[in-house]
Amino acid sequence: MHFDAFDRYHEKESILHRLDPRVKVVVTVLFIVSNALLPDGAWLAFALAWMFVLASNLLSKLGLGYTFKRSIIALPFALIAITVLFSIPGNPLTTFRLFVWDFTITDAGLLRFVSILIRAWLSVQMAILLVAVTRFPDLVHALEHLRVPAILTTIIAFLYRYLFVLTDEVFRLLRARQARSAAAPGSRSGGGVVWRAKVAGNMAGQLFLRSYERSDRIYNAMVARGYVGHLYTLNPHEMKSGDYYATAFAIAAIFLMQVLGRL
Amino acid sequence: MPVTHLNSSFAPPECDGEVLSVNDLQFAYPDGHVALKGISFTLCQGDKVALVGPNGAGKSTLMLHLNGILNGHGMIDVAGKRLTRDNLPAIRAMVGLVFQNPDDQLFSPTVFEDVAFGPLHMGLSEPEVRARVDSALEAVRMSAYRDRLSHHLSVGEKKRIAIATVLSMNPSLLVLDEPSAGLDPRARRTLIHLLRDLPITMLVSTHDMKLVEELFPRTIVMDEGQIVADGPTCDILEDEALLSAHGLEKP
Amino acid sequence: MLYAPTPLHIPDGFLNLIVSLICWAITIVTLGFAISKTNKALGEKQIPLMGVMAAFIFAAQMINFPVAGGTSGHMLGGALAAIVLGPWAGMLVMTAVIAVQALLFQDGGLLVMGANILNMGLVTAAIGYGLYRSVIGQSKGVKLGMIGFAAWLSVMAGALLTSLQLWLSGTSQLEIVIPAMMGVHALIGIGEALITVFAVGFIMQTRPDLLGEGSESAKASRNWVYVGGIVALLVVLISPFASGDPDGLERVAIDMGFIGTGLDAPYEIIPDYTVPFLGETALSTIVAGVIGAIVVGAIIVLVGRGMKAKS
Repeated sequence: MHFDAFDRYHEKESILHRLDPRVKVVVTVLFIVSNALLPDGAWLAFALAWMFVLASNLLSKLGLGYTFKRSIIALPFALIAITVLFSIPGNPLTTFRLFVWDFTITDAGLLRFVSILIRAWLSVQMAILLVAVTRFPDLVHALEHLRVPAILTTIIAFLYRYLFVLTDEVFRLLRARQARSAAAPGSRSGGGVVWRAKVAGNMAGQLFLRSYERSDRIYNAMVARGYVGHLYTLNPHEMKSGDYYATAFAIAAIFLMQVLGRL
Repeated sequence: MPVTHLNSSFAPPECDGEVLSVNDLQFAYPDGHVALKGISFTLCQGDKVALVGPNGAGKSTLMLHLNGILNGHGMIDVAGKRLTRDNLPAIRAMVGLVFQNPDDQLFSPTVFEDVAFGPLHMGLSEPEVRARVDSALEAVRMSAYRDRLSHHLSVGEKKRIAIATVLSMNPSLLVLDEPSAGLDPRARRTLIHLLRDLPITMLVSTHDMKLVEELFPRTIVMDEGQIVADGPTCDILEDEALLSAHGLEKP
Repeated sequence: MLYAPTPLHIPDGFLNLIVSLICWAITIVTLGFAISKTNKALGEKQIPLMGVMAAFIFAAQMINFPVAGGTSGHMLGGALAAIVLGPWAGMLVMTAVIAVQALLFQDGGLLVMGANILNMGLVTAAIGYGLYRSVIGQSKGVKLGMIGFAAWLSVMAGALLTSLQLWLSGTSQLEIVIPAMMGVHALIGIGEALITVFAVGFIMQTRPDLLGEGSESAKASRNWVYVGGIVALLVVLISPFASGDPDGLERVAIDMGFIGTGLDAPYEIIPDYTVPFLGETALSTIVAGVIGAIVVGAIIVLVGRGMKAKS
């Protein structure tokens, strides 16, 4: 099985693809911070933020609705916030019965709930776009040059490289388990839950040992090429004037959102 | 296939003909298992030598010694330099060790970073590193893959990039562990052409006897930590008693 | 199917800026310690080891087992990472896993990543390792029992912290989010515990040398036992307190200055508000579960002590 499913990068020739990854990381984080700062019900600011998302989609040449389609990922979590609908005092809008309980939705509760969802929805779209227009290794470089400790960026780079190799191993293990999970006619396959958990746990243990041994071999391969405990990398990126303009423009837009949100 | 590169940067340095000399190498693992029982042989400039023998014969252990990853008793000289703790970095630059599993060899996210790893850790300047990467990729005919992600490559492509990761260090000696394992016929053929055309001294451990017959004029047979035969490949492949005594088959 | 997001990965938008930044601050300070400690302890092998181990945890999270009715159990791995790699390396590895899940898959947000790392990577590792160290030298059965308890409690701790952060951000009602999150995770935690126990059991059997029991000084080990014990105790004490007396926790938060200091998310307390559902029964179940867990943990330790004293 090939794990391209894990790669969220979409090759295209666009302004956003060409931007320095550091710019993209910083602007994405600023945008998300800005969303968190906007007060509830700042509709004008939310609208501008959405325009920003749409414009970024257009600039990426991935299509206007690219991030919209993928943004449902954050929705299940909205369940957590649903209680604010009923719990914040305000004018009752509607009341409905569920089994024996009455639920009253208040206007203040609705305002807060919708605002939380909009913030989450806008933020996740920018995060989706970030990895769609930036190759993951470039993203890791950007983090390194934004002063994230080298040991963390290195672990992340290794994680990304071996994610594909190890998930492949997991799927081979799972398939082998499946292949042997035969059931005699009329009886249920496998033992109890604990027995099934034991099979899964032993798989994890096995995977750990294989990974451990692999890390030994990788260490040898690194040592064979001169590694003595410190990693050197080249910085493949250089800020161009366009990168500075893009940053300035994005910051101005985000500033405008904040102003609009407080009018 | 024509030799397309013959880049001068890959001409191995002069070393009075002797690129590698191993003298009475012995090694036992911490658990007491004796893996090498007095190995001695020499490789000359331009030699392409196959190292064959059953699993557990000590081939991989021997290879790890050539790069100083394991330290047994005995002497190893690479291009006239004695392998000691002090000149380990220099020796590692001269001996390009390619491991069997390319997923272990290629540990960086991108091809460029992996091929640049050796030169960068040799302390070369950035332009020099970039030049080395370009010529190494050209030597394995993978220049177009410079910016690819390693996990997107096929096994055959990974093997070739793995060779490039050590070629970029301009080694005097290339040591390969099972280069043709796991390759489909076409990828294997490409690899054979590549190995044939690389103008570099080579020691290749393999079970692929057809590969041995086709590519290597000289063969060393190892079994139970010892060298049991060392000579022209055609003679060794004719000696059926020797082959069957050490679990090998005539191709 | 590719991998299972858990309710612990908070997306952006659900925590306010202040809570997010406080969590980042705690996370950064802890990671700073972790980086300096692992640099000293592991040497040059640490980079490939921790890198591959991060991929291991990521991949191991995909190993699931069918429970019932189409649901399946799986593992977050914080306790496992800390037990097999040591607490500091375990924290760094979990941080990398959470960062990649957020960056590559948007499973968890970026601004709230500090909170997610704290909940799923740091606290889980501290509890997992601390409780595990408390039974070092005991029999295999006691060790595995404690590991299971630690893994379960580590998930509960993550759920509790997540709930508190959501509440402090004004996203959820304390009276609802705590029983809901703790109830769900009491079950999820059982999957975590089972896989962790069987994975460590497998390693104990095949490569006990990798668990490196004698690798740490007695003092460092004792400190971890304290840290793990205190964090575990906090979880056990706060959850019933928060569920039973949310106003009490509210007062603590106000006193500590979390709430009512000009946050962007104005949060008003409704003194006479009562929970319309998940009533007292659900609450008491949670509380009873937590108390039961303390009893189980205490029994494991006492039985272990007794057995050790005999031999």
